[in-house]
Amino acid sequence: MAIPVRPGHLEDDLGVPPAGDEPPPSPLGRRRPRRRGRAAPLTVLAAVAVAALAVLPLVYLTIRASEVGVAEAADLAFTDRTLRLLLRSLGLAAAVTATAIAIGVPVGWLTARAELPGRRTLTVLTALPLAVPSYVAALAVIATFGPRGTIARWLGPLGVEELPELYGFPGAWLALSLSTFPYVTLTVRGALRRLDPALEEMSRSLGAGAWATFRRVTLPQLGPAVAAGGLLVALYTLADFGAVSLLRYDTFTRVIYVQYRGSLDRSSAAVLALVLAAVSLAVVTGEGRIRSRARQGSARSARLARPVPLGRWRLPAAAGLTLLVLAALAVPVATLVTWLVVGSREGVDLGATVRAAAHSAQAATGGALLAVLAAWPVALLADRHPGPLARWSERAAYAGYAVPGLVVALSLVFFGARVARPLYQTVWMLVFAYLVLFLPQGVGALRTTLGQVSPRLEEASRSLGVGRLRTAWRVLLPLVRPGAVAAFALVFLTAMKELPAALLLGPTGWDTLATRVWASTSEGFFARAAPAALLLMAVSSVPLAFLALRGDESTSHGRDRRRAGSRGAAGGADLRRGLRRRDLAPVSPLRPPPGSRPAGSATPSP
Amino acid sequence: MPLRRPAVAAITALALAVLGAACSGDSTELTVYSGRTQDLVGPLLQRFEEETGTEVKVRYGDSAEVAGAVLEEGDRPRADVLLVQDAGNIGQVANAGRLVPLRRPVLEKVPAQFRSPEGLWVGLSGRARVVVYNTEKVPESELPPTVDGFTDPRWKGRLAWAPTNGSFQAFVTAFRVMEGEAAARKWLEGVEANDPREFPNNSAIVEAVGRGEVDAGFVNHYYLYRLRAEGRAGEAENKVFGNGDPGSLVNVSAAGVVKGTDRAADARRLVEFLLNDESQRYFAERTYEIPVVPTVQGGAGVPEITSLPPPEVDLAKLDDAKGTVDLLTRLGIL
Repeated sequence: MAIPVRPGHLEDDLGVPPAGDEPPPSPLGRRRPRRRGRAAPLTVLAAVAVAALAVLPLVYLTIRASEVGVAEAADLAFTDRTLRLLLRSLGLAAAVTATAIAIGVPVGWLTARAELPGRRTLTVLTALPLAVPSYVAALAVIATFGPRGTIARWLGPLGVEELPELYGFPGAWLALSLSTFPYVTLTVRGALRRLDPALEEMSRSLGAGAWATFRRVTLPQLGPAVAAGGLLVALYTLADFGAVSLLRYDTFTRVIYVQYRGSLDRSSAAVLALVLAAVSLAVVTGEGRIRSRARQGSARSARLARPVPLGRWRLPAAAGLTLLVLAALAVPVATLVTWLVVGSREGVDLGATVRAAAHSAQAATGGALLAVLAAWPVALLADRHPGPLARWSERAAYAGYAVPGLVVALSLVFFGARVARPLYQTVWMLVFAYLVLFLPQGVGALRTTLGQVSPRLEEASRSLGVGRLRTAWRVLLPLVRPGAVAAFALVFLTAMKELPAALLLGPTGWDTLATRVWASTSEGFFARAAPAALLLMAVSSVPLAFLALRGDESTSHGRDRRRAGSRGAAGGADLRRGLRRRDLAPVSPLRPPPGSRPAGSATPSP
Repeated sequence: MPLRRPAVAAITALALAVLGAACSGDSTELTVYSGRTQDLVGPLLQRFEEETGTEVKVRYGDSAEVAGAVLEEGDRPRADVLLVQDAGNIGQVANAGRLVPLRRPVLEKVPAQFRSPEGLWVGLSGRARVVVYNTEKVPESELPPTVDGFTDPRWKGRLAWAPTNGSFQAFVTAFRVMEGEAAARKWLEGVEANDPREFPNNSAIVEAVGRGEVDAGFVNHYYLYRLRAEGRAGEAENKVFGNGDPGSLVNVSAAGVVKGTDRAADARRLVEFLLNDESQRYFAERTYEIPVVPTVQGGAGVPEITSLPPPEVDLAKLDDAKGTVDLLTRLGIL
């Protein structure tokens, strides 16, 4: 039975008036609702447990760092050089984040909202650079823009003697920007699809042009999504080692690696890693400040906006996206294909490569599922019940993401061998490592989406006597599903290319695509790395394609919309559907007799 | 029931986890942590499996990473044998008391300078530090007789090195041990003044030299032969210094048996296997390294251990990598 619903009015019909202590909603949205209602004990408990697991690497670092005296630790941590390198790291992170935002926001908007030729394909292709391991991106950048690279060879006959210096800051900036901007694109896309198009339509109907509407109506509502994506980019850059070492840009992370690699000096490395963690914590806190000031869309309806015709900008926009795909994706792929051609002379062990692909997919799927599951209570607490506990559990979630992967891997070797011995060196340990490493990607994506779902829908459900768990399952989950799917895809992609944990924590003799790529490139046999690297990108594109295609017309919302026969409020439709099925039955003694409708239920007047 | 589904899934996952855990337990096979890649040692370990019927499981990783894992596991080890790329790494594991002594007869197959004085580890294959140069840009006669010559200003802008690389650091450590801290410092400052191009690893240097991007670089001898086999060595050639110069340091890959293993006998058998003539020939012919058992012939074109009198340096002393890292850091090279 499909009940026609007037767009955007469901919540009002549910009879939930705006709470008295809230400012009246402004036309452009409102400040984030500060709901101080008590969180479910289960949510609190789960969030605290997740936070406790996430800070394991910091516990380990503290243990190791405490092996050197306080004086020596201070000597290590507060030298001119440490400060200089920190500034270099922060400078690089700022530049890469700014670039990723500058690229990611327009690309997110174009792929989510614009009428573009080949939009779905472009959606997948502009997200795929995430699947390029940063060391492959760096090698591709060198092969293309380097002093002996492709471009230099093309320009040579034209009289161009020397390209601008690539090694150092420019190269690191370029390689990292090109491989991380999809973090922003994906979160922005997700947010755009959840925005209430009514505001934009209102702006247009009042005479504002498309650009003015974007700048003054859409962009301010994207703040939280941009901040969440930007944070992932910034922390990724701070903790990256592969690209900066190949492109010879000295950063703080490199110093930590030098301590490990050169002298196995775990204590000094731990002191430095703690410094990096502290800096990252400051960045996370800063992002929280930005976000809490940002305006949040009211998101009363989740109906999809109509694609915007681009008119004469259509071709330039498509060309721009194509150029981006060329630089960020085609260049690494072309480099890998070149290696493949060179390396195929030696033959390819296809069986072993495919086995490794299965291992990679298995661990990445498990890690992504677990990370999304664990991110849920943290994101829920952070968005619905802000307070010190929520703030600290969210910050704790970023701990593993903020320090280099090798540090996290070694810390889990330490705890695995001692505490979780039965799990140590099983797939489960690796999956757990991915939880610790990539939890923030789940929290970021979920939180952004949660922020766009009005808490009133849950309140309505609760007021109808539906329990907390069931409300979460029937009402909240369907509404947040796009965010959850995006979170899954993000973690999956990053886990596919993850290296140190795969080397140290997986079952012995169990290689993944990333470890196969590493095994060849570490000895300089790049050609042999090509099949595994290409397969890595192919497998990674699967969830992306799923995400991009599902996110479009064929979502459950789309289906509901068609069923409802109007451009109905998809959120309302979800709520309605959730409540309709096996309705409210065993929940509350206050349940109304069958046949009668509870007061304030979803019976909109058509 | 839709509500039950996540609960069922969670319980199933938990059950599987416990089941998986129950199955893993302590293994029956021999576990090797290898800082050398599968390309280098995989075929040998496979041969060991075939000959002895002992199942071998290998965890490959960076030398420092697998050595770090052995250290972090502490007295609850999972590894039975540790294989690493250079003597420095295994020296640190030995110093931490995580290795057990090997048997005398095995140790004595290898010259004393290529094994631990306490018998805690033994070298498996050697590599010499050399200078790789581009034959078109640098006539052999122009090369200095010792590495000291590269501090001369005429090498400005023409050199390449990889200061983050373990082998390079081992060479600096050897320099410090042999000629003293001051001399090592002077050499590093001299070369640094010539603005050497920094590379992440040896093979990148050999390739760059082969292409003529730089004229000469400090590397291990075997990269040239490996890249030549792939047709990527260009005009590169090796210059071996010999005559006791620290520039001709011979470092070794090494193996040790992890303390606390319950398979010590098999672990020792594997180390012995890696030192038998056939395995040593494998290193010479397949990885272009130098056999550490002097009776085994080196590979074609590869310098022999006897032909280059390596500097008299105790490799066990190369475990002071921290001092080297500190020195390189102070000089602003790292």
